[in-house]
Amino acid sequence: MDLALKDLGEYITGHIPEDVTGYDLQLGELSITVRPESIVRVLTFLRDDVNCRFKQLMDVCGVDYPERELRFDVVYNLLSLTNNSRIRVKLETDEDTPVPTVTEVFSCANWWEREAWDLYGIYFSSHPDLRRILTDYGFEGHPLRKDFPLSGFKEIRYDDELKRVVYEPVKLTQEFRSFDFLSPWEGVQPVLPGDEKAGDPEDNAAETEGDG
Amino acid sequence: MGETRIQNYNLNFGPQHPSAHGVLRLVLEMDGEIIDRADPHIGLLHRGTEKLIEHKNYVQAVPYFDRLDYVSPQNQEHAFALAVEKLLGLEVPPRGQYIRVLYAEIGRLLNHIFTVCAYAMDTGAMTPMLWMFEEREKLMEFCERASGARMHMNYFRPGGVSFDTPPDLLDDIAAWTETFPAMIDDLETLLTENRIFKQRTVDIGVITAEQCFDWGFSGPNLRAAGVAWDLRKAQPYDAYAKMDFDVPIGKHGDCYDRYLVRVYEMRQCLRIIKQCLEEMPGGRCKTNDRKIAPPSRADMKHSMEALIHHFKLYTEGYHVPAGETYTAVEAPKGEFGVFLVSDGTNKPYRCKIRAPGFAHLQAMDLLSKGHMLADVVANIGSLDVVFGEVDR
Repeated sequence: MDLALKDLGEYITGHIPEDVTGYDLQLGELSITVRPESIVRVLTFLRDDVNCRFKQLMDVCGVDYPERELRFDVVYNLLSLTNNSRIRVKLETDEDTPVPTVTEVFSCANWWEREAWDLYGIYFSSHPDLRRILTDYGFEGHPLRKDFPLSGFKEIRYDDELKRVVYEPVKLTQEFRSFDFLSPWEGVQPVLPGDEKAGDPEDNAAETEGDG
Repeated sequence: MGETRIQNYNLNFGPQHPSAHGVLRLVLEMDGEIIDRADPHIGLLHRGTEKLIEHKNYVQAVPYFDRLDYVSPQNQEHAFALAVEKLLGLEVPPRGQYIRVLYAEIGRLLNHIFTVCAYAMDTGAMTPMLWMFEEREKLMEFCERASGARMHMNYFRPGGVSFDTPPDLLDDIAAWTETFPAMIDDLETLLTENRIFKQRTVDIGVITAEQCFDWGFSGPNLRAAGVAWDLRKAQPYDAYAKMDFDVPIGKHGDCYDRYLVRVYEMRQCLRIIKQCLEEMPGGRCKTNDRKIAPPSRADMKHSMEALIHHFKLYTEGYHVPAGETYTAVEAPKGEFGVFLVSDGTNKPYRCKIRAPGFAHLQAMDLLSKGHMLADVVANIGSLDVVFGEVDR
């Protein structure tokens, strides 16, 4: 299975080398990274090529890595019924760079791209209907970004006097608590006070060898 | 008298409509009683599950999966458990695998009973709901006896299942499987050849196999269009590779075929359940790795290590090696996938939930165009959408 996927990875990078920047095989799953501007070409190739036949787009989603310069990953998960295999296509983008929409290639990408826009603010260019999808009408911000707080900014309640639902800033009776779970037993390398003066033990060993 | 211009009429269907199956708001653009365009507005049940999971450790994330598709919670847990196990490189003992398959099939039955009966009610038949919900209640009792909860079981954990089955439970399930086929027969006498039911469903909402691929269909909706594709067969997980069952497919891809496929699948569920019960191996029901699976209560009373492990597991949880996986199971509604990204800490970095209903509901416009208003109800019912999973 892994061998076949490796061959497939080689095959794809061999056929569209200017679009694909690399492939990776992890836990028996093949994923390729592509340039954002060529995503339409890549997905069309994967869908129509005789050896690929990834005719179903199962999922499109964003992932946020705020520490990176291009902070978002857009991940496309494809399934081939003919070959009974899956492939993951990834590209990197940021808040300002639009990604070409793939709704022309797979109609079902429509809502998933709307979702990625809604939750991450990834902009898909020439999308037929890029509205928010999951969040409330008139919602501001992109809630699945890592810098968006879990508790959000607004809370709603029904106001009995005004006879309507009102939006108010979030009031928490207790701050949201996030604990540091690095285990004192397993997570941290033990550095005893004073150890840092001795420097790296391996360096010391090398020095003594050199002296001898 | 001059010509009158007839304007299209916009109809707001739902969110409070019994046939909207929850909180679907469907904006219909209508030409007389013919649908011109259907625009589903979803998100009214959005609870930010994915965001919440990013702030919880792996064990705490399991109950969120129950609350996605609350009609068949087991199957969702299954996908998450498999994804975490894949990242951990963990093997589940045979008994754990069999119990999971058993309960995944019970989940499938729970779902199909509900769907078929709710669908019958949408199209005007009240009786199936009344008859079959008694059976559904019995199944929920089996869930309660295994896990303590009727619906939101929180039973499939990474590494196995949370508890072993109590004595007699498996015998009672076996006894039940003998009585249930008669109920399916009753259901079929009410619906399958029923003239009214067929008028409401045959040739309504037809979708071809090619369209299914384009719109990301999976599960019974895909099979009704004549595509023999079942993840339990194609990419078997847990003990499904050892199970002998058939995959029913339809021919026309209309509402009636989607109903038929579900009814036949119920019979196949029973076959799988029977095989599970016959071949149920002994031994442990969860992995022996104490860093993943909690120790038993009895152990904790006299073993210091067990107590430490328990404390660590329920405060910090376990750390999952960095990596990413897309793991999918054949949930009753279709392919339920979990795209899990781990950064090596005790919390998922990203957990994207691929809900089958999301893709299916998207095709509402395609299915309803040119149909009458009443057919919209038939379409929604036949697609089997539950808003817990669509809105997440």
